[in-house]
Amino acid sequence: MAIAVTSARPAPADDDTPRVIVSRGSRSDVVFRNVLRLAGLSSFAITAMILIFLIFRSLWAFRADGFSFLTKQNWVFTGNEFGVGGVLPDTLAIAAMASVISIPVALATAIFISEYAPPGMRRGLIAVIDLMAAIPSIVYALWGRFFLMPRVIGVMGWISRHVSWFPPFKLTVQPSASSFVGSPAIAAMVVSLMAIPIITSLSREVFSQAPQGEREAAYALGSTRWGMVRTVVVPFGRGGATGAAMLGIGRALGETIAVYMIINTIYSFNWHVLESGGNSIAAMIAGLWNSASANQLSALMAAGLVLFAITLTFNSLAALIISRSRSGAATQD
Amino acid sequence: MTTIGSSSRPVGSDQLPSVGDVPIRLSKVASEDVLTVVGAAIGSLGLTWVLYERVLPLSGAFGFWLTWYLVFVILYLAAASLQWSRLVVRDRMTAVLVSSGGIFACVVVADQIGYSFVKGLAAIRHPNFWTTTMANVSATSPLTVGGMLHAAVGSLEQLALATLFSVPLGITAAVFLAEVGGRLERPVRTIINAMTALPSIIAGLFIYALAVLALGIPESGLAAALAISIIMLPTVTRASEVVLQVVPGTLREASFALGASHWRTVMRVILPTARSGLTTAVVLAMARGFGETAPVLLTAGFSPYMNTTPFHGWQATLPTYIWYSVLITGQYPNYVARAFGAGFTLMLVVVVLFTIARVIGGRRPGELSKRQVRKLRREAARS
Repeated sequence: MAIAVTSARPAPADDDTPRVIVSRGSRSDVVFRNVLRLAGLSSFAITAMILIFLIFRSLWAFRADGFSFLTKQNWVFTGNEFGVGGVLPDTLAIAAMASVISIPVALATAIFISEYAPPGMRRGLIAVIDLMAAIPSIVYALWGRFFLMPRVIGVMGWISRHVSWFPPFKLTVQPSASSFVGSPAIAAMVVSLMAIPIITSLSREVFSQAPQGEREAAYALGSTRWGMVRTVVVPFGRGGATGAAMLGIGRALGETIAVYMIINTIYSFNWHVLESGGNSIAAMIAGLWNSASANQLSALMAAGLVLFAITLTFNSLAALIISRSRSGAATQD
Repeated sequence: MTTIGSSSRPVGSDQLPSVGDVPIRLSKVASEDVLTVVGAAIGSLGLTWVLYERVLPLSGAFGFWLTWYLVFVILYLAAASLQWSRLVVRDRMTAVLVSSGGIFACVVVADQIGYSFVKGLAAIRHPNFWTTTMANVSATSPLTVGGMLHAAVGSLEQLALATLFSVPLGITAAVFLAEVGGRLERPVRTIINAMTALPSIIAGLFIYALAVLALGIPESGLAAALAISIIMLPTVTRASEVVLQVVPGTLREASFALGASHWRTVMRVILPTARSGLTTAVVLAMARGFGETAPVLLTAGFSPYMNTTPFHGWQATLPTYIWYSVLITGQYPNYVARAFGAGFTLMLVVVVLFTIARVIGGRRPGELSKRQVRKLRREAARS
C-alpha cells in the first residue's frame, strides 16, 4: 500500500516554465528516508565530536603557547613548555622521503598491471596488491626493525661517504655501525612500503579507464606500447595518479607503529636523515601518552590536531584533484 | 586478367594454407627478447660479484642486490641498443622497468609472510603457543611455556564488537548515499572521505579523551572496539557505496513499478542483489580493523592474563602483544620469537579473511553461483 502521491501544480498560462512535480512518499517511505539521512549525518556527528574533543582538550596548550606551539623545538617533560617545531618537520621529512621511494615504484607497478601484464595475471596481481594493503602495519614494522635495519646499514654508510655533497646525507657524528640505526631514512623506507599499495590500486583503476579508442588510435598510428602509454594512458590518468600519490603521502604522514618501532626517538629536528634519531607526531603520541600529565596530554592532543589538519588537507586536495581531472570524471570517486 | 606466362587460375583452395602449415601467432615472445633479459641478468650477476667486495668499497647483502639491479638495467640497455632501433629500445626498457615494479610488489608480500613465518617458527612449533596465555611466564622461560591465546581472544572479541558497531551504521550510510542522496549527499561524501584521512592514533586519542576520561568507560576491550569501529566506518561506507551503485537501476524501477515502497525495495531487492559485494566490503574492513595497533594501545591497556570480558579490565590483542613483546621485553630472544609468531598469526587471519572476501565477492550483483544455477535448473526440470 505504498503508492506515491503526486501533485502537480499547473503552470501559469503566460510563461512556458516546466511544472513542478512534488511526490511525497507514504509514511513508511518518509520514515525510512529520514532514518537513512540520520545514518548519513552520523558521520558528521562523529567527525564533529572528534574535532570538538581534540580542540577542547588541546586548548590549554594553544592558550599557553599560542602560535609558537608550531615552531618551538623543545618538548620539556617536567616543565610546561611544549612545541612541535622539532617533530613536525621530521614528520614531513619522513613522508617526503617515503614518497620519493614509493611514488615511482607504485606508478610503475600500476602501469605494469594495467598495460603490460598478461590478462591472466592481472586478477592475481590485483589481489596481491590488495593483500599488500591489508598487511597490518605492525608486521611491516617488525620486518623493518629486524630484517631491513641490519641489512641496509651498509648501503647507508656508502651513501653517507660518497654522496655527502648533498647536505641531508652528511653525517655529523663519526660513522660507526650504530650511527645509522634508527634513522629517519630507514623509517621512510618501511613507510613507503605501506604507501605503495594505496597509490598502486587507485592509479591502476584510473589507468585502466583510459579510452580504448584512443589506445587503438595510437597503435594504428604505429606507436610502440610505451609510446601508447606515454601519449594516451598517462595524460588521461594524470589527475587520478596525482590524487593517488597525495593519498599515499597522507598515509605516510599518519603512520605510527612503523616509525615508533624503528626510529630512535629525539625531539629536535634531525635533518641529517641518514643519522640516527628522529620522530614523527604520531609516533610521539604513541610514545608519550602513557606517562603524560594533564598538561602534557593537552599538548599531545594539540599535536594530534595539527597532524589531523595536515592529513585532512592532503586528502581533500587529493579528492579535489581527482574530481577535477578527466580520469576522475570517469571513475566518479 | 591473365599475366604473360601464367595461367589464369583463380585463387582456389589449393592456395590456402594446408593442414601442415604453421599458423601465424600475433603476439609472440621472441627468443631474442627472453635471451636478452636473461643474458643481462646473468652478466650483471657476474659483474657485480666480481666488483662488489673486491673492487668497490661496498658491503652488505642489500647493497649487493641493489647494485645487481642497477647493473642489470645498464647491461640490458646496452644489449638492447646493439640489437634494435632506438624506438624499440625505449619500449623494451620501460617494459623491463615497469615489470620490476610488479615483481617487487609480489616479492614484498611473499617476504613479509615468509619472514614472519621463519622467525616465528621457533615459537609457533609448540602447541602451547596457540593454547596458553602469558600468565606465569617470566623473562627467561623457554618457548615451551607461554602463548598468545589471550591476545587472540582479545583481538577476536574487539573485532566482533567493532564490526557490530560499524557495519550496520556504515551500510546504512552507504544506502543513504546510493538511494536517497539529495542535498546532503556531497557533504556526507566529503566527510566520509575526510574520515579515511584520520590517522588511527587520533581515533585512539579521541576515544581515550571521550570515553575513558570524560564518560568514564574503563580502559577495556569495549573502548578499543569503539576506536576500531571509527577506523572501520569510512572503509565500510565507501566500499559498500561503490557496490550499491553497481546494482542495475532497472531492478529498482521494476520493484517500484510493482508497487513496493522504498524500504521494501532496498531490503528485498537491492541489498540481496549486492550481498556478495557488501560481504566483501565488510570482510575487507574487518581485515583492516584486525591489524590496528595504535588505537588499541591507547584504549585497552595490556595484560598477560586471559580476559574474556571486553567490558572491563585490560585486554591484550595480537598487535599490542607484539608491541609489548618487542619494545618492553625485546632483549630476550624468546619474546621476539613469540612476537614473530603472533605476527604470523595476524597475517594468517588477514589472508584467510581476504580469501573469504575474494571467494564471496567475486560475483557481480545478480550473478548466480554454480550451486544456485544448478538448483534453478533442477526446479525448472521438475515443473
